[in-house]
Amino acid sequence: MLPQFDLKDLQLESRIYGRRTLVAIGLVVFLLGAILMRYYSLQITEYETYRTQSERNRVQLQPIPPRRGLIYDRAGVLLADNSPSYILSVVRERVEDLDTALAELQELVPISEGDLENFRKKLKRSRPYEAVPLRFRLNEEERARLAVNRFRLPGVVVEAQLLRYYPHGELFSHALGYVGRINEQEAQELDETDYRGTFHVGKVGVEKFYEDMLHGQVGYQNVESNAHGRVLRVLERFAPAPGKDLTLFLDYRVQRAAFDALGGRRGAVVAIDPRTGGVLALVSTPGFDTNLFVNGISSGDYAALRDSLDVPLFNRAIQGTYPPGSTIKPFMAMAGLKSGLVTPESTVADPGWYTLPGDSRRYRDWILRVRGTGHAARVNMKLAISESCDVYFYDLARRLTIDRMAEYLSPFGFGARTNIDTTNERAGVLPSTRWKREAMGQSWYPGETLSAGIGQGYMLASPLQLAVATTVMASKGQRRVPRLVMAVNGEPLPVPALEPLVAPAADWAAVFDGMREVVHGRGGTAKALAKGITYQMAGKTGTAQVIGIPQNSVYTEANVAERHRHHGLFIAFAPIEDPTIAVAIIVENGGGSAAASPIARAVIDTWLEVEPG
Amino acid sequence: MSDYVRQLPHHGSKDMARRPSAAMRFHIDVPLLLLLLALTVYGLLVLYSASGQSVEAVIRQGRYLALAYLIMIAGAQVSLQRYARWAPWVYVTGVALLVAVVLVGVGAKGAQRWLQIGTFRFQPGEIMKIAVPLVTAWFLAGRVLPPRFFVVLGAMLLLGLPAGLIAIQPDLGTALLIAASGLFVLFMAGMGWRYIFGAMALAAAAAWPMWMYGLKEYQKQRILTMINPESDKLGAGWNIMQSKTAIGSGGWDGKGWMQSTQSRLDFLPESHTDFIIAVLAEEHGLQGVILLMGIYFLILLRGFWIGVHAQTSFGRMMAGSITLTFFVYIFVNMGMVTGLLPVVGVPLPLVSAGGTAAVTLLAGFGILMAISTEKRTVVT
Repeated sequence: MLPQFDLKDLQLESRIYGRRTLVAIGLVVFLLGAILMRYYSLQITEYETYRTQSERNRVQLQPIPPRRGLIYDRAGVLLADNSPSYILSVVRERVEDLDTALAELQELVPISEGDLENFRKKLKRSRPYEAVPLRFRLNEEERARLAVNRFRLPGVVVEAQLLRYYPHGELFSHALGYVGRINEQEAQELDETDYRGTFHVGKVGVEKFYEDMLHGQVGYQNVESNAHGRVLRVLERFAPAPGKDLTLFLDYRVQRAAFDALGGRRGAVVAIDPRTGGVLALVSTPGFDTNLFVNGISSGDYAALRDSLDVPLFNRAIQGTYPPGSTIKPFMAMAGLKSGLVTPESTVADPGWYTLPGDSRRYRDWILRVRGTGHAARVNMKLAISESCDVYFYDLARRLTIDRMAEYLSPFGFGARTNIDTTNERAGVLPSTRWKREAMGQSWYPGETLSAGIGQGYMLASPLQLAVATTVMASKGQRRVPRLVMAVNGEPLPVPALEPLVAPAADWAAVFDGMREVVHGRGGTAKALAKGITYQMAGKTGTAQVIGIPQNSVYTEANVAERHRHHGLFIAFAPIEDPTIAVAIIVENGGGSAAASPIARAVIDTWLEVEPG
Repeated sequence: MSDYVRQLPHHGSKDMARRPSAAMRFHIDVPLLLLLLALTVYGLLVLYSASGQSVEAVIRQGRYLALAYLIMIAGAQVSLQRYARWAPWVYVTGVALLVAVVLVGVGAKGAQRWLQIGTFRFQPGEIMKIAVPLVTAWFLAGRVLPPRFFVVLGAMLLLGLPAGLIAIQPDLGTALLIAASGLFVLFMAGMGWRYIFGAMALAAAAAWPMWMYGLKEYQKQRILTMINPESDKLGAGWNIMQSKTAIGSGGWDGKGWMQSTQSRLDFLPESHTDFIIAVLAEEHGLQGVILLMGIYFLILLRGFWIGVHAQTSFGRMMAGSITLTFFVYIFVNMGMVTGLLPVVGVPLPLVSAGGTAAVTLLAGFGILMAISTEKRTVVT
């Protein structure tokens, strides 16, 4: 900088600055003048207009909330309805003294602390001309009492609004989810304009996933009202666009059959149509009456649901992850065939237990306890599936190794979210050496590979994942993202298809054969299901241990507390030639698969009656 | 010869013979201080009414203002050479913080503006409102003025970098204020008119691609809403329609203090912050608006006077930039509330509730006072 110093002309700089200051002052005077003119025109020229507008008897804008879209099952049975409900609301600007008014109202109708708290929160976010809801679902008597006292309650409004109503309550609680009052956090995230006049939003499930479609678009009207907030005249009206109606793949009858067959036990059923990926039934029991949540559940009711040992709020079908047990075996068989390690004819010697090379520990087959021997001297694939031979799959798992097992099982959807169109889905666990290192920081032990081979140990899958895997099996490798919603306003939604799992027809046939024998074979583990059956069903039983059994002791159901009994699992699809339904069932602490398999029969029977192929 | 020696009385300068007044010694520009205090009192009166007669809100704002005045007086004690020396460091730190905001900043509603250290949150954009004019003036002060092409270009890069970083947060309002504060330095330094008109033409040409690709949906919405508030009656247009009604219904003499019906806290969500002028205009009418603009105008004139009488080109350019930036606040706020300009979240200086803006503004006036009370070291 210094060398330039002598070139600086200080007097010139000062002169230029002076000139620039004059320009700046000129600009400031001009622009401030323009602003002043603006205020002059608003406050003097147009004074009358604006004064009239600010008078009490004035025109105001009211939002008209849109009607929320309805939800139907595939046959048109209404699952989520809107029913008129009377709401008591208060218009802030019409009320002289809010606290007095609230006290007076409390004498007329019961208003809970929670109602008041919600009201005050909502009041802060609302404009003074808007009606802020104070009490929902007024009954006949409360309405009458308010009507009689109306003359002395300016600013108090009773009006009918459509509220969500679930006619089937608990039956569809986990399939649909529910709406509830908009809370503070949601209010920040939702579009302020679009939700003006709307008090409810989808909180969970289909109601939340499809919120954008179900909500619709807000409308508004310009009304002239008097000093008491009574609307005198509607000047103009822009109708709201109603939300879109959803049609689900679910079938009311199939859902009902699954729910009834569970019979109040803790469990879940998921049924999928392999031809479309559409979910035909999604049941998790116990459920709960979703209507309780629509208007803010009372704290007592909520505590009862939350603290129940049966965790009714937990969606077992998509959030519950369980060891798949022996239901993994058909998929392991496909992995064995694809890897070339086994053929349908190859056999494994079965003394009733299995040992790893160089290790004396005996990995027992469940049959050992029943018969004292293995299933047969040598076991082939068909027998291994139909009688659920552990030794066969111990051997296959050891030769396959855990990492290749993961590689072959993942196309069936294990270990990853299925991306079903609802909320809170969980991915389960498909273990591998890498998974164990990352999740637990430990290396993999060879014995754990054997456990994984029969679906025990670290492996976890939700009933939905099991149903999706069964769907892939039933459709011979076609993979689709499972969907609950079939159509929006009658327009079918596309079902996203994934890259298929390619395998020779003979491989599928071999596994199908084993699964058919599970139900229709003489020694099948679910042969009780075949009684009176009019179609061919493929199935696989499974049992998931809840507590570890020590090496040298025996699990005896009678000795174990109810909540520590094994979970019963069953997967199935039918008819075997051209499957139209695939199901996965879990009955918690059912003792064994015999608790789960009859449910499959009930569900499939119902579906084949509804849609006989 | 050092400054100290030159100021010794026995040098015989008439100026130096007189004992400096108390105001000079404490670096207070008395006319400016009185005008600012008048504005502050007026602002607090309006705030009391706008906040729904909340003593609490007035005390909270009073505390912010007290802090801001302390910062102003402290800032006035710092010599201009020191400001010039600090300028590049403050600037570099500010730019680093802005980069940090882009990388690890926290935000709300899609904008990322804050840095969080523990529970303490701040917007580095505010620092830049002081740092950018300082660094631009520092950059130009040592060079030949009016600045030549490459000097103008260098200054543009200096002010464009932080403005760009803030624009992508996105906070267009602050970005424009910061860019303007730097441009005012250039303008007062005598940047050639051909550069000014050339830049204006360039900006006009850039407007179309900017609209198509540069602006976020909500920014476009604000501009469209300004052109036609009716288009979004329930959303953004609502504020403008309400504030226009409030202002218009005030008439010439207003409805009286605390008598506003249109612009109470309940009506306009921003009635005590960005839209506070609506309360003032409704309660005190056009005469109240004229009084406010009168005080603002006198402050602006004092600022220009200080600039013209400054000792160094650094001081001159700073004074000009601070004064003109203050004017931009006034113009943009009063314009947006009446629907003349898009709503960009610029407060009404020293009237709107809020601590950050008060501190930034009064820190600027602290520098202005330092310029005004600078010792006369150059013998002419």
